[in-house]
Parts: sequence; structure tokens; C-alpha cells
Amino acid sequence: MRAFAELLDRLVLTPQRNAKIKLMADYFRTTPDPDRGYALAAIAGTLTLKTVKPQVLRQLALERMDEVLFRYSYDYVGDLAETISLVWERTPGEAAVPADLSLGAVMHQLETAGRANVHGLVRGLLDQLEGSSRFAFLKLVTGGLRIGVSARLVKQALAEMGDVHIAEIETLWHGLSPPYSSLFRWLSGAADKPELDMPAVFHAVMLATPVGDNDLAALDPKDFAAEWKWDGIRVQLASVGGTRRLYSRSGDDISSAFPDILEAADFDGILDGELLVGGTMRSNRATRSFSDLQQRLNRKTVTRKMLEDFPAFIRGYDLLFSGGRDIRPENFLTRRAALSNLIEKAAPTHFDLSPLVPFSSWEELDRLRADPPDPVIEGIMLKRLDSPYTSGRSKGPWFKWKREPYNFDAVLMYAQRGHGKRSSYYSDFTFGVWTESEGNQVLVPVGKAYFGFTDAELEVLDRYVRNNTVERFGPVRSIRAEAEHGFVVEVAFEGINYSSRHKSGVAMRFPRIARLRTDKLPRDADRLETLLAMIGAPQVGAEPIGGLEG
Amino acid sequence: MKPEKLLYPTPKGLYCERGGFYVDPVQPVERALITHGHADHARSGHTHVMATRETLDIMRIRYGEAFCASEQEAVLGERVGIGEVTVSFHPAGHVLGSAQIAVEAEGTRIVVSGDYKRRRDPTCLPFEPINCDVFITEATFGLPVFHHPPDSGEIARLITSLGQFPERAHLVGAYALGKAQRVIALLREAGYDKPIFIHGALAKLCDYYQGQGIELGDIRPATIGPKDKQSFAGAVVIGPPAAFSDKWARRFPDPVAIFASGWMLVRQRAKQRGVELPMIISDHCDWPELTDTITEIGPGQVWVTHGREEALVRWCELQGIAARPLHLVGYDDEGE
Repeated sequence: MRAFAELLDRLVLTPQRNAKIKLMADYFRTTPDPDRGYALAAIAGTLTLKTVKPQVLRQLALERMDEVLFRYSYDYVGDLAETISLVWERTPGEAAVPADLSLGAVMHQLETAGRANVHGLVRGLLDQLEGSSRFAFLKLVTGGLRIGVSARLVKQALAEMGDVHIAEIETLWHGLSPPYSSLFRWLSGAADKPELDMPAVFHAVMLATPVGDNDLAALDPKDFAAEWKWDGIRVQLASVGGTRRLYSRSGDDISSAFPDILEAADFDGILDGELLVGGTMRSNRATRSFSDLQQRLNRKTVTRKMLEDFPAFIRGYDLLFSGGRDIRPENFLTRRAALSNLIEKAAPTHFDLSPLVPFSSWEELDRLRADPPDPVIEGIMLKRLDSPYTSGRSKGPWFKWKREPYNFDAVLMYAQRGHGKRSSYYSDFTFGVWTESEGNQVLVPVGKAYFGFTDAELEVLDRYVRNNTVERFGPVRSIRAEAEHGFVVEVAFEGINYSSRHKSGVAMRFPRIARLRTDKLPRDADRLETLLAMIGAPQVGAEPIGGLEG
Repeated sequence: MKPEKLLYPTPKGLYCERGGFYVDPVQPVERALITHGHADHARSGHTHVMATRETLDIMRIRYGEAFCASEQEAVLGERVGIGEVTVSFHPAGHVLGSAQIAVEAEGTRIVVSGDYKRRRDPTCLPFEPINCDVFITEATFGLPVFHHPPDSGEIARLITSLGQFPERAHLVGAYALGKAQRVIALLREAGYDKPIFIHGALAKLCDYYQGQGIELGDIRPATIGPKDKQSFAGAVVIGPPAAFSDKWARRFPDPVAIFASGWMLVRQRAKQRGVELPMIISDHCDWPELTDTITEIGPGQVWVTHGREEALVRWCELQGIAARPLHLVGYDDEGE
């Protein structure tokens, strides 16, 4: 349990992705089964434990402690599990430092315990664990680790541990269950790769590379098909032998949030497509924006009203399995014919086919890309006609050619220090645009960005913040931002919508600092009205929209 | 006599009228008795200062020769008359030179413990319990949540991380007086014998500790030009905590942010500060040390100075010990 507790403590405080992978991979290498398997399940969120209610924990703490002292402690720490892990005093007479109880042993006790016995069990385990382990244990039984590690990242650590490709882990993932002994035996070289008997498992998806500056010149348009790139989320729908599952691009099982789609999937096959909200083309209703789709994401359950207000559907891109047959080795056109067949027979309200975009030259395609027929399109996909379906991202068979981002000029208003490598730099910026308030021109914050700039540009930004701080609020610095004195940046973003949660009334997707505009004064920056006009409007090219002086 | 007459709080600090002196005054006074060299307890500008030799030396290092007009060395355990009272200094186990001050008159004795801790520290003398009528205690970590783990485990985590991330510099934030030298001494005890690099702000105090016979091993200044960045890969660099959010930190390769402090026990505290590897090493008592010390000394009354007074006062009440907070201002309860 101590090694697991130490791992959690490190993961919570480690900002860098690679360092997190290293910490997890090292833990998996050095920890025996079944402990590492339970740890994996806890991190990946696949552990099914009866959770212990906070009230029970509080009662246990108060059995041994004055209520006033407990309240002072809880007020200070702010987290119940952490408070109890820290204030817990073992019963007198027990060994000063208890022997380390294994995670496997703790799990076994929790799994076999009856509901009636929960007080005694938790009390007993708290007595047998030391400080950090008590915290890890309490986080496990209250059902919320919150350590900033995605399921994808832990799979990356498994890949590193076994020196295999992450696609192999993703493909196996849903066929395995805690404590994942067969997986670890394979990754540590002690056994062959596990064979799966469950059919509706996830198959790692095929990914595209962005179109680079000179990529297209060397390619013949006749070798490629073009499709719109829709602004939803990429999914894989597996419906095999009566088992139906919906997976995200990285293999997370999101079935429970989309019962409408699973119910409609009355075919056999594994489909690759875009999950969207609104109406299919076959029902002749509009596709809705990404922010509408967000209403349906990250939910464990979904209400009937949700299903009615935000109906979900899949726009088919590709077919991996036709019936039970693996057609991934076939070429794009053959697979597409099979996909088209399948969708024709499927429910028209929940499935449609991503249309091809006819074109004869890259120039023509570029024009179509700049002015697509639907606001929910975010670019073009290019797929080689002769390409098989291969997992992962290799350059050549598939390209994505995104629309130019939206751009505008904003003024830096606040800055905060970054994390990890950037902890000595002011690298998180809040920026604003002009608006009128009670007859005055004022800056209103419209978003935050902490990337997009180069290391050299960060040096410039950091120096500006340090030399132009007006006020400090804890870790945040307020930066001098007046019409004639301030720092203007060009902000690029992917989409914009109304938001009641922000003072400015707008929220952007993926805002980043595209360029430093040291050539401009704050008075030249854009106005809030300009941003509001971008909502639902077609995108303008790469040139920033004019500022106050026009 | 009534203890409240012997020693009482004033805006300038704890005052002894009969002796005409203040203990750890926060403003310049005529006569000051100083428990230890941390800046919030030992300030410059007093006319006459009485403290242990080490504390006087440390004040001289920090404030220069003119830190006071006249000084008087307190020898540990020696009773000295000042005005109508008798005072004596006793080890407090906080940092090098730290002392408790016992003030006595007409059969009433009050012990001002200053800052103190009970666990072993290779860089200073251990705390000595003194019988008294009133024990004045700090309460920096005066909450039942504070259970500081053994130092050895904390040092071991640093050494493990050096093995796991040999390409990264390990930057340890530690207060310049006491904590920095203790961390170095603990690393040496754990068998770490490579050079340890220190920030310029630590140099004089580390020299002083070494001059007092405290072994710190091979210590080098962390001041090499930016071209030699990689030479700090896998190195331990120690500096004052504030330096790590400063441009100074950029000279090191992909630093791991470490902070050696009792506060690091609370995860959210560590996270807020951007600390990646917290080391729970404290120069103050944790909760069991505070309560065990009060039980051991068994004073008639406990007065609680800076920190989290309310919980310790509550605990004393539950034990049937008279206790009250002194509400002294000017001591930095964050400074640990």
C-alpha cells in the first residue's frame, strides 16, 4: 500500500506528462501482482468498489477525537479524506510503524466484507495503515482519486513498461478486467499477449497528420478522396454478436452516455465516425455545434429530456469490421462501399454517411476549405484511395487540412506563473478586448491562453510582466494595460460561443497566442463586438480583423 | 507573584517590567533577550541584546557589526540577574543557538520556549524540558492534522527521485538558517556524498555552521554560467524557497521543485506552491510533540503564542490545564 500511496502523492504533484508516465511505469515494473493491477484499475477508473459514505468516515474519526478539534482540522485542510488520514491516531499499544499491508490484501478485505460490517472494517484498516497509505485508502473507498491522470496516460505508461505500442494496449483494454494479471504477465515478458474472447473490443483508430507547407505539391489529387472534417468527437461503435459499445478515440467506453445510439445500432460491425448532436442529413435537419454536443459528454447517465433536447447521431467515416469480417486490410473505396451499404439499412435518425467532397485540384479544394457549406465543419480530410485501415498516426495515407483559425488582437491583462518547467515564468495569460462601459472604453477579459508562443517569445512576455506589474493578487499579477501602454497579442482560436459563465459573455475553444504584436498599441486591439459577430459567422482568413483605428 | 505581572504582552513584544526587558521584541527596544536567530524573532536596532553566542553570531552575520549597541552572551544553564528578576537560557532544539528563556521572580518561573522541536537534529542541541509555573509555547503546527513523519523517509524520497530522474536538477527550497543546513546534514547521514550546490543567500550561514563543527561535506556555490546547465543534471541544489520562482531557477535543467517544510504535509499547500516533491521536514513541533511536551513539563498554566492557538488551547482545556492565547503579533507563522 505504501508504494501505491507514494505513487499517488507523486502523480498529484507532478505536472509533466513524461514524468507521470515514468513514475507509473516504474511502479508497474517494481510492484507485484495483484497490487499493480488494482493500482492500474484505481487510476484508470475501472475499479468497482462499494463506496463508503463520508458520514461513516466522520463518525469513525469522532469516536477517537474531540469534535471541536476535528472541526478546526477539517476547516484547515478542506478535504475530508485527507483530514481523517492526518488526524487518525492508532489505538494505543499498537506498533509504532505498522507492517505494510499490500493493496491486494486491502482490496480483498473490501470485496469480501458485508455491508453491515463497514465501520469495523474501515476502522481496522485505518489502524493498520500509516499516514499516506491511509489517505490513498480513503480516496479509494470514497471513490475519487482525482490525480490528474487520464486513462490514456496510464495506458501510455503500460506501453512504456512493456515496450509495446499503445494501440496494442487500447485494443486489449476492454477485454480485460482488474487485476489485469494476464496483461502484466505479457508486458513483463513472462507470457504471450492475452487472447480475447469478448468481441466488441476497441480497435485502435486510424489518425491523420496535418497538411504541412509543401505536402500537397508532391501529391496527385486523383489518388485521394476528400471528406469534410466535422466538429464533433471521433468515436468507434462496435456492435458484434449482440454486444454494443461506444468508444472515444482513445478507447474510453462512453456507452452509458449514449443509450440512444446503442439502441439504434441494430447491425453487426465496427464503425468509425463522428459523434454529433442534431439531425442527420438523412432526416434533413441541421447538425448542431460542438457546445451542444458537450451537453451530452462526460455523463454517467442521461435523462430523457437530454435525449430529446440533444439527440446524438453518428456520421460514418469508415468501416473496420463488416459483420464479423475484418475488412481493415481492404482499400478505402472497398471499405466505403461496405460502410455505405450498412448505413443505408441503419436507422436514418442516428446514422448517416459522411459525404465525399468532389474536387479536381488542390486549389479548388483549398477554396472549398475556406468556405465550407456548414458551420460545424472544421476542415477537410484527405484519404488515399488505396490505403488500408491502419491504427495510429503514420504520415501519408490520411491528412487533415483544417480551416484557418479565427484570429483577433487582444491586450494582456493578467498573468500567472506556469507549472513544472515553467514555474519561474509568467506563462498563463488572461487577455481582453475593448468594450464600452458607462461611456468609457474599458478592457474586458475574454479568455486565457498558456501556449502558442515559442520559448523565445515567452522570455519576452515574462520580462514584460515582471516590468509592468500593477498589482498582485496572490499568484496573479495584474499587468499595465492602457490604450497607449500595454502588450498586444494575436490570439487564434477554433470556435466561439455565448457563455453566461464569463463576464464578457463569450467563450472560445483552444485559444492560444499566435503572435506577439509588439508593433501595435492596445488601442489598436479588437473590440468585443467583433468577437460577438464571429459567433456563427463564417471564418475570415488568417489576417486579423481590424482594430480600433481600422 | 502573579505570572501576568512578571511577563505580559505589549505591542512591541512580551515584556518583563521587573527586569526592564522584552523577549524577541518586534520593534527596536532598549533591552532585548533573543531566543534564536530567525528574522521574525531576532531583529536589528535594539540597544542591548542578550542571547546565546551562536544567536549573537548569526545576528552579526545577517545584520552586520552594528546590529546592536552592546551585546551580552548567555551561557546555557547559567542564572543571571537582570533588575529584580533572574533569567536563564536552555536549549530549544529549533536551530543552531536556539534557546528557551526562563524568567523567575519571587518563586514564580515562566519559560518562554520561543520556537522549538523535540526530534533529533544533527545541527543543534536537543530541547531540554524545564520545570515551570507557566510554559509559553508556540503553536505553528498546533492542529491535530500535523503528524510529521520521520526525517529519514523524507530524505529517502529525495534520493529515490535522484535515481528516477537523473537528467533533472533537484531544487530544494529550505530556509537559509537551520533548515538548509539540517537538510544537508541529513543527506550526508543518509550516505549522499556528492557535492551539494547552494544559493548565494545560504553561503555565509553554511560557512558559519561548518565553522561550529557541523559537518556539511562538499558544498559548492550554484553559480555557474548558463552554458554549463547540464552540469546540474541529477544534482541537489539548495536555496531559499523564494528563489525557485525567480529567474535564478532557469539556469538548471528541467528542475524538480522540492520544498522542505512542515507545511508540505498538506497536499493542497504543496500543490498551490507548485511543489513537485514535498519533503515534510520541520523545525517546529508537530501536534504530538506539542502535546507530549506540555504533558511532560506539567506546568500550572500554558500560554500560547503564534500559530494555531485555538486548537492547542482547546486541547489544554480538555486535559484540565489552564491555557490562554497571548495574541502576539509580528511572528511569521508561515515562516517555517
